[in-house]
Amino acid sequence: MHTEVPIAAYLILAAILFSIGVGAFLIKRNLISIFMSIELMLNAVNLTFVAFAHQWHQISGQIFVFFVMVVAAAEAAVGLAIIIAIFRTRQTLNVDQVDLMKL
Amino acid sequence: MSPETSMINTSNLWLIPLLPFAGFLINGTIGRKFPRSLVSAVALIATAIPAAIVAWLWSVMLPAGAPASISVVSSPWIAITDFQVNFAFTVDHLTLIMLGVVTGVGFLIHLYSVGYMAHEEGYWRFFAYLNLFMFFMSVLVLSSSFLLLFVGWEGVGLASYLLIGFYFKKDSAANAGKKAFIVNRIGDFGFLLAMFLLIRNFGSLDFTHVFDAISVNPDWHGGILTAIALLLVVGAAGKSAQIPLYVWLPDAMEGPTPVSALIHAATMVTAGIYMVARCHTLFDRSPYALGVVAIIGAATAIFAASMGMVQNDIKRVLAYSTVSQLGYMFLACGVGAYAAGIFHLMTHAFFKALLFLAAGSVIHALGGEQDMRNMGGLRKRIPITFWTMTAAVFAICGVPFFSGFFSKDEILYQTFIAGDKVLWLIGLITAGMTAFYMFRLWFKTFFGEERFTEDHSHHDAHGVHESPAIMLFPLVILAILSIIGGYVGVPAVFGGHNEIEHFLDPVFSSGAVAATAGSHGLEFGLATLSVLVVAIGFFAAFFLYYKKPGTAASYAERFPALYRLVSNKFYVDEIYGTIIVTPLLMFTRLILGGLIDGGIINGSGWAAAALARGTGSVANRAQSGNIRSYAGWLALGAAAVLIVMIFGRGLLH
Repeated sequence: MHTEVPIAAYLILAAILFSIGVGAFLIKRNLISIFMSIELMLNAVNLTFVAFAHQWHQISGQIFVFFVMVVAAAEAAVGLAIIIAIFRTRQTLNVDQVDLMKL
Repeated sequence: MSPETSMINTSNLWLIPLLPFAGFLINGTIGRKFPRSLVSAVALIATAIPAAIVAWLWSVMLPAGAPASISVVSSPWIAITDFQVNFAFTVDHLTLIMLGVVTGVGFLIHLYSVGYMAHEEGYWRFFAYLNLFMFFMSVLVLSSSFLLLFVGWEGVGLASYLLIGFYFKKDSAANAGKKAFIVNRIGDFGFLLAMFLLIRNFGSLDFTHVFDAISVNPDWHGGILTAIALLLVVGAAGKSAQIPLYVWLPDAMEGPTPVSALIHAATMVTAGIYMVARCHTLFDRSPYALGVVAIIGAATAIFAASMGMVQNDIKRVLAYSTVSQLGYMFLACGVGAYAAGIFHLMTHAFFKALLFLAAGSVIHALGGEQDMRNMGGLRKRIPITFWTMTAAVFAICGVPFFSGFFSKDEILYQTFIAGDKVLWLIGLITAGMTAFYMFRLWFKTFFGEERFTEDHSHHDAHGVHESPAIMLFPLVILAILSIIGGYVGVPAVFGGHNEIEHFLDPVFSSGAVAATAGSHGLEFGLATLSVLVVAIGFFAAFFLYYKKPGTAASYAERFPALYRLVSNKFYVDEIYGTIIVTPLLMFTRLILGGLIDGGIINGSGWAAAALARGTGSVANRAQSGNIRSYAGWLALGAAAVLIVMIFGRGLLH
């Protein structure tokens, strides 16, 4: 007889993860770290989707998570390409020095 | 259209203005590439055919029983509810005389120009403008409504401006063109206001409509009619160079001489007289306006003549003479003797065009010299010019049985019997002054010792020479016209019938001012008197400039103040400059330019720009390029949205 983990626990965990992601996004200076914090935020949201999908027996929430993952992967690919381009031109990944709004 | 007019092919009327217009378009657009002979061929054909059409019109309308007027009307041009204006031409006997002068003299002057302008730059431009002038002038005299007349009126002003400023590289010429245009605008403004009043009170601008409305209401006098008439007089005074708007005409002599002959002597400057005569029905109802016309005319006549007596530039003498003679025509219209005014207009067109062309021939012979102090003794050197000019001088002075004698005496006689003894006396004195300054010009130019040097001529080597045949032919034709032109108006006292008066009867017969019958004896007496005055003027000139040249200078020294006053043209230009131009310029620069344009119009633009710039400089800081600050703002925004969603539900509903 195992009891269900209540949904609130998932949501609190997701909120904590999301907040860590936002905080890291704001304080980290390295582009790669910023990228990783974006992934963290995305996965926090994914967690809420899955939790709600399980709660309401709605498959579409799970489907949506797959979409988010695909988009995140694409975004990571493009983002990393940009990061490489920036590094080649600037010799740095410090975001505070990348504020010219052009390459 | 009555049955007998249907015999006449009226569509030819359209050709009279349109051919010169076509000539203008051809020469004005592609004439630059043409050889000179082709340019002149286009211009001459474009003026010769209208002249031929006018001759044909004469032959159609002269016989007894011919229609008094023929018209041609287009589809509506402007139609607003019940107000309608068409492109409509009407030819009556008054128009016929004007057309004869415009196309006939116009063609002769085109012919003369071919020779006169042969060595000038911008040959094609000159003929294009000249054709343009002919187009507008034909429209002006043919039109059967005030509006179309106004189109021609403005158009001749434009052509005049272009031709006065023909040598635009000279500042004086460019300024003279501007001056002519701007002074004429003042007159045109009066004309415009008159048209507004006509629309307001008659609901139409058609001559027949307006004048019929006046004719069928014999109890209409003064009031609004006087206002319209006076505004029309303002327009006429501008175009016909009367006091106070005459100042542009002497300066207009900056243009080439054929232009002075055609526009500023024979045709355009008579448009004001034509317009007053055309509106005689209106003027007859307003004795006050007629009085103003007469007084302006007489004052201008004597004022301009006095200035003409001391000018040294041959063309300027003729310019003041033109102003003075136009004053005579105004005087004639003012005493209700419209036929006499038109008669003088016609003879004046002949002899004044001839005077200008002959003066041009003199200038041509001396290689551009215009100062009479550097002429003299040209009688033997350029005989044909001398004899034709002599005919014109005799005609303008009113030597008996030349054309000017009949027309000028007709005006003086009509003024006398109209009861304006003072105006008549002014006219008589002016006749003496006219004789004086014309013979002064004659003696100074053609008699005495030669005061010029042979090397004046810059474009050929054989010194002073007679002009080519193409220039002499118009001179001879105009000389013949100057001599015999008066015989269409020989009064009964000299055994004539005054045909011109009867010819114009259909136009002017509705005039309320009936000429009080004077006796033949009176007419003869007045004519004798004016001949005496002319003789006095002649002898004065004869002694001062032929018998004892140099006495004139001593007289000038005896009355230095008077001489300076007159030779400086009574300082009218300076007075206008101080009273009108300078304050206007100050007002424009300070109030309009500085405050309104600079302060309000520019200022509002600047204010809008400054506002955008200020907003931008604040909003600019958001665009730092710093990703972490973006992210911070984003997080703040998201937090704010969340807070509102959770705690501020009431705010959103």
